[in-house]
Amino acid sequence: MPDVVACLWGRAGMDRAAQGLLGAGRRLAESLGEKLHAVVVGPVDPAAVEAARTAADKVVLVEDELLAEYNAENYLAALTAVCGQLAPRAVLLGNDVYSQELTARLAHRLGGSAAGDAVDVAIADGQLRATRGVYGGKATAVIALAKTPAVVWIRARAMAPAPARAPGEVELLSLGLAQDSRVSLISSHADAKEGVRLEEARLIVSGGRGLGGPGPFEQLQALAAAMGAQMAASRAACDAGWVPASWQVGQTGKKVAPELYLAVAISGASQHIMGIADSKVICAINRDPDAPIFKHCRFGLVEDYQKVIGPLTAKLGQHA
Amino acid sequence: MNIIVCIKQILDPEIPARDFRVDGAKRQAERGSANLVTNIFCENALETALQVRDAHGGKITVVTCGGVEAEEVLRKALALKADEAVLLESPIENPDPLFVARTLAAGIRKLEPFDVVLVGREAGDWGAGQTGGLLAEELSTPCIAFAESFAPGTEPGRLQVKRQTDNGWEGFESSTPLVITITNHDKNVPRIPKTRDVMQSYRKPLTKWPLAELGIDVDSNGGYSHIADLFVPVKETHCEFLSGDTLEAKVDALAERLAGIIRSI
Ligand SMILES: Cc1cc2nc3c(=O)[nH]c(=O)nc-3n(C[C@H](O)[C@H](O)[C@H](O)COP(=O)(O)OP(=O)(O)OC[C@H]3O[C@@H](n4cnc5c(N)ncnc54)[C@H](O)[C@@H]3O)c2cc1C
Repeated sequence: MPDVVACLWGRAGMDRAAQGLLGAGRRLAESLGEKLHAVVVGPVDPAAVEAARTAADKVVLVEDELLAEYNAENYLAALTAVCGQLAPRAVLLGNDVYSQELTARLAHRLGGSAAGDAVDVAIADGQLRATRGVYGGKATAVIALAKTPAVVWIRARAMAPAPARAPGEVELLSLGLAQDSRVSLISSHADAKEGVRLEEARLIVSGGRGLGGPGPFEQLQALAAAMGAQMAASRAACDAGWVPASWQVGQTGKKVAPELYLAVAISGASQHIMGIADSKVICAINRDPDAPIFKHCRFGLVEDYQKVIGPLTAKLGQHA
Repeated sequence: MNIIVCIKQILDPEIPARDFRVDGAKRQAERGSANLVTNIFCENALETALQVRDAHGGKITVVTCGGVEAEEVLRKALALKADEAVLLESPIENPDPLFVARTLAAGIRKLEPFDVVLVGREAGDWGAGQTGGLLAEELSTPCIAFAESFAPGTEPGRLQVKRQTDNGWEGFESSTPLVITITNHDKNVPRIPKTRDVMQSYRKPLTKWPLAELGIDVDSNGGYSHIADLFVPVKETHCEFLSGDTLEAKVDALAERLAGIIRSI
């Protein structure tokens, strides 16, 4: 019987999140002296399975035509069936929309308890404890999960991958799922965004409400292009409709972990910091020297962004 | 359409970090001089409901679970023209997520029939983000998370829901009843109540159901999870402010630093 199960979405492949999730799973399993199983749900990329084998003791592939496209009810039924069979002590998921959507429901169906947005998971007094930011990142709480299994979605992207080991076995599981006809996907849309995903980006340029409108965001995009960086934004800028919601970084947006995060006209509210705290270097341009963002910066410039962006873009364009 | 909106009262999340303290023994934030406010995602949920009712008709019932002070968020919802308000009177200060979901489910069952239950995607205090999912399980309905809007579906008894994903959006059609968790979007920025409506809201009736009437056992709180520790992390980063005699010199300094990092990766 495995003690830890890590749930991966087949379509996502072996991205940084999947690697971090298996890394966290491996560490937890080792602390328990038990095994790690990876459960891969939905259409699968064979290269990802190979990679998963070197991290987990066993990879369980759950394939079913009902899982071809994401549907919470079908995915939940699949996870409940597999995790029910494996009867683990802990079930770990990543920090994508699907994981966040399913965690608590899965815990409920398995008779366990759940926590989310964990930056650490450990066992104490026989219970799994999840460490997470609360009160918008102003405080840290350690949540003890009383019922087994403990189902936790974690900030996997910031976690170290598992060291490679002899490949584990692969089991193909066919569940014979019954179609849940209550909910069906009728349309979907991906925002046009070039380059790598924000969560995987090594360089990020981010804009806030201080930019004052969508126009300056285009200027900022020119800077990002000169740097080879991805674009992001604060919640205030997304709420204002200047940029798509999928650009939002923070407690309720993306959790990013780039080498460099450049925040332009962002105040640095604790909820924003929650999404960027794992960045290696944070740097800001803000005209207010007392803006809280500077408390998190390695270096910064106190200036009006309007005077800085143009010349900075030109300079960095030369370097490139 | 019969819409139920669950709302939560929280400590104002906008209080600056320097004014924020926790009571380590009680394992919760100190109230201090901070206001109690409606959780912002619950406001987004109510706004979404108001827009749907304005366009398609129906009734909105707001429900909260908490002590007497939670009446305030219900009054505000009534000022925004919610049709009815229900307080599920609970003496518990830090209820665990399953306890909240069970209490809400018990209250909602008394309000049947309903088409859809809206909740905020998470609360600005504990941010557990579990109420919607657990509520759907308790009520045996499907659940769609992170929605920005919803509308009547292709036939009666169905709804269309648009929700945010990691890189865009997805549209679903679902049967009713359904639980939806609402996230922020530029289309559901909460409206502000008129002063006159705020005054009138205090004259509107407000239903109160104590836990005993809902068949909820107070002792069952904590069986799901509990807070083992709560503290304010200390993190000191020293920011080097780039200087220069001219704007150009400052920009040069910044460009140098950024280029150095870019080259190193
Ligand atoms: C439950 C909850 C969840 C939240 N989740 C998130 C989240 O995920 N992400 C997020 O970002 N926020 C989130 N927030 C909101 C957060 O609290 C802040 O309101 C938000 O981050 C503010 O965005 P901002 O910094 O862009 O805007 P503001 O706070 O308005 O800051 C604008 C900044 O721009 C500067 N500025 C203005 N003009 C100029 C200029 N010409 N040149 C240079 N600088 C200038 C100002 O000095 C100021 O510092 C959440 C809030 C709650 C309650």
